[in-house]
Amino acid sequence: MTENKTIVLKVRRQEQPNSKPFWQEFELPLKPRANIISCLMDIQMNPVTRDGQEVSPVVWECNCLEEVCGACTMVINGKVRQACTALVDTLEKPIVLEPMSKFPLVRDLHVDRSRMFENLKKVKAWIHVDGTYDIGEGPVFPEKQRAKAYLLSECMTCGCCLEACPQFTKDNDFMGASTFSQVRLFNMHPTGAMEQEERLEAVMGAGGIADCGNAQVCVEVCPKKIPLTESIAEIGRETTLQLLKNLFLK
Amino acid sequence: MMPKRKPQYIVIGGGLAGLALTMKLCENGGQVTLVSYQPVKRSHSACAQGGINAAIDTKGEGDSPETHFYDTVKGGDFLAHQPLVRDMCHQAPAIIHLMDRLGVAFNRTPEGHLEFRRFGGTLYSRTAFAGATTGQQLLYALDEQVRRYEHDGQVQKLEAHEYLSAVLDKQGICRGAVIHDLHTGDIFSLKGDAVVLATGGPAKVYGKTTGSTVCNGAATTSAYLQGAKYANGEFIQVHPTAIPSQDKLRLMSESARGEGGRIWVPRKPHDPRDPLSIPEEERYYFLEENHPLYGNLVPRDVASREIHDIVYNKNLGVDGQPMVYLDLTHQSEKFLEERLGGILDIYTKFTGDDPKKVPMKIFPAVHYSMGGIWTDYEHDGHGLIDHRSPRNQMTSIPGLYAAGEADYQFHGANRLGANSLLSCIYTGLMMGPGLIEYSRNLGNRFEDISSTIYDQTRDQWRGRFEAFKQMNGRENPYQLHQDLGDVMLANVLIVRENSKLEKALGQIDDLEGRFRNIKCPDTTHWSNPAPSMIQQLYCQIQLAKIITKGALMRNEFRGAHYKPEFDLNQPHEFDPHEYVEYLEKKHYGEVPEADFPQGHLAYMKRYETNNEQWLKTTIAEYKNNQPEISYEEVDTSVVAPRPRKYD
Repeated sequence: MTENKTIVLKVRRQEQPNSKPFWQEFELPLKPRANIISCLMDIQMNPVTRDGQEVSPVVWECNCLEEVCGACTMVINGKVRQACTALVDTLEKPIVLEPMSKFPLVRDLHVDRSRMFENLKKVKAWIHVDGTYDIGEGPVFPEKQRAKAYLLSECMTCGCCLEACPQFTKDNDFMGASTFSQVRLFNMHPTGAMEQEERLEAVMGAGGIADCGNAQVCVEVCPKKIPLTESIAEIGRETTLQLLKNLFLK
Repeated sequence: MMPKRKPQYIVIGGGLAGLALTMKLCENGGQVTLVSYQPVKRSHSACAQGGINAAIDTKGEGDSPETHFYDTVKGGDFLAHQPLVRDMCHQAPAIIHLMDRLGVAFNRTPEGHLEFRRFGGTLYSRTAFAGATTGQQLLYALDEQVRRYEHDGQVQKLEAHEYLSAVLDKQGICRGAVIHDLHTGDIFSLKGDAVVLATGGPAKVYGKTTGSTVCNGAATTSAYLQGAKYANGEFIQVHPTAIPSQDKLRLMSESARGEGGRIWVPRKPHDPRDPLSIPEEERYYFLEENHPLYGNLVPRDVASREIHDIVYNKNLGVDGQPMVYLDLTHQSEKFLEERLGGILDIYTKFTGDDPKKVPMKIFPAVHYSMGGIWTDYEHDGHGLIDHRSPRNQMTSIPGLYAAGEADYQFHGANRLGANSLLSCIYTGLMMGPGLIEYSRNLGNRFEDISSTIYDQTRDQWRGRFEAFKQMNGRENPYQLHQDLGDVMLANVLIVRENSKLEKALGQIDDLEGRFRNIKCPDTTHWSNPAPSMIQQLYCQIQLAKIITKGALMRNEFRGAHYKPEFDLNQPHEFDPHEYVEYLEKKHYGEVPEADFPQGHLAYMKRYETNNEQWLKTTIAEYKNNQPEISYEEVDTSVVAPRPRKYD
């Protein structure tokens, strides 16, 4: 072992959405408390590959760097996760970085997850209030119920659950666990429950809950430990009831 | 019949301020283009942990908006305009109730009502919170409301887009903005009745901070370079406890100390032993020893100054590094899990160490800017704000507005914890009606103006970015940015000395020289972040000058701006009420020395003289490639400024 330890990063790169991907290796000095983000920042300051070739710095998306914004999600050593909480010390070397494969690629490790935000529109993931004027307090909300809702509301739309899901592909319209869990969140809220039916109808159509193959991998990769399979089961039950209601009452 | 014209706005930034404003404008029939670097749901507001203040007094402690107001202006060492702060504190309860109605999962009481907790530096349970991620939860609620308006066609989001500058007409009125598409690289102009900068703080000027990577200050600096006034730039909050790391400094909430956390260093410099094996008598609990009354819960600025002193003057940092221990290991694991679970998990995730078993290593970090782009307001003559006035939150460029951390008005010389989420949502909501009025009263509108100004401004930016791409010198811009942060951290931080500030100004000039010798590290045409980074770096160099020159010229000690040379040396036994008494007595002629304990009258006269010179807003204006500094009066019409004391 030498004094100056280094690590090797293998990065899958792609200059444009439709260009050919290629691999580059970077050798970096190992710094204490380094994470994948700090390694990528080191590459920005010295964008030279292991074989001495000067290249453009690696492009990736990030913002908060403390695992609350969801931006820096990528596939690290084959596992989808946030780059900020991927500590170099804990990773097998060489470290392999790839973009998420289920979303359209922008460049290098940066992908476009707007599909997730579009799905939130489809299921009306909001509370429909009368207005923003001062009309007094919000509804009484039992703490136990609130604590359950809080678990779901920590979803940062990172897409880990969708990357891992065998049902979710680039060319289908499956909504996936994060969206179903948001439906459960808003249906759980005293005011949100008033639009419960519309949300359920939205996940009963194409790409909805019925397409879930019950692989249960979503919950394993969720960085916020959101009980996604519970949400799927709950929405499954609610949609079945809704279906019966539609059959007999409409 | 002609359809009624919808007022059209360009909002830059989708954090709490930008989203609150967008929601308010849409509710009033406005059409909004919302521009953001990242999907707005990933904005920096998500990072706020502790909570949001509102004096609802659900626990019968006697709290009131007036007390909240007083605490806030006192916390800011009386540098904030009082009608604004007072209006914000009076609106705060309605804001919390609104956010609650929007679905924020605020913690509840057994009866199912809002729960409030204590926060650093206040005597009341005034802070509503949603677990340990209050900012994230508030952000999501507003994001959802704006998504509803987007779904209904009133909002067009331009995410992965960057604001470059305002488009000004011949009269200097803002008529739109130049926007950069971060994927295609296209630069284009947008037209609107008004442009609002809700672009957050400038933490990145200091390199590694608690800020997110987008907190670069470029948008407000661009406004300054176009002639807008920048105010109180030198007031930068340094939070005492953050987790040092290679890529950023993550916040460790004040509540760790609230639950018994003790700060210490080994008495022996560079002691190599495992901290747990160091016996009690060889540990230096410096906050507890130096401040027996408040101990580890002294206010943020005091704690940051003490840690700085321990590490740099006394050379007692852990392992010789700029770090001290924040120790919770004396508490039971069960207690810690129940009370602090969330934030301790963050520490474990990022350091690999479990704070329940080993002391945390922490250090102060740049956290927040009290200063920002100068904005106006109109008071109603009764110590509150006229909510219909188009002057509210307008910068010194007509038609260009600012909101949230990007502005300067609410926190004076030092911000109180859990007031920033409030000021962001407050400004966004408060300024909405004024913006609608502004559109209504516009003489000629952007539709009436020749498109030449839009094309010219756009073409200037296209040329500038093309020139960035062709820069082929020897300097790496990312390295240059790190060097700038190092200059600021070394010279313009907790303890400020004029000799170092002068030196820093020289070093910033050197960096500006090196800037011209940059090599653009990426010359491709698709999703290339390098030219933007160079533009942001240019802005940060200018902003560093504003901060440093403001600090150099302000020869006093106020709030976060600490210059030991100008400390007024408050007598140990001094009671701030003496000052109020002194002001009353002064009405009736000469105040005898004997009316107060020895030395107190002389101190109060020093305080008074100092305020006459320095109780002023710092204004920086861009002249001859330098910030020209002047000073403006502060509105202290509601309560008389007096010396701060927290013992």
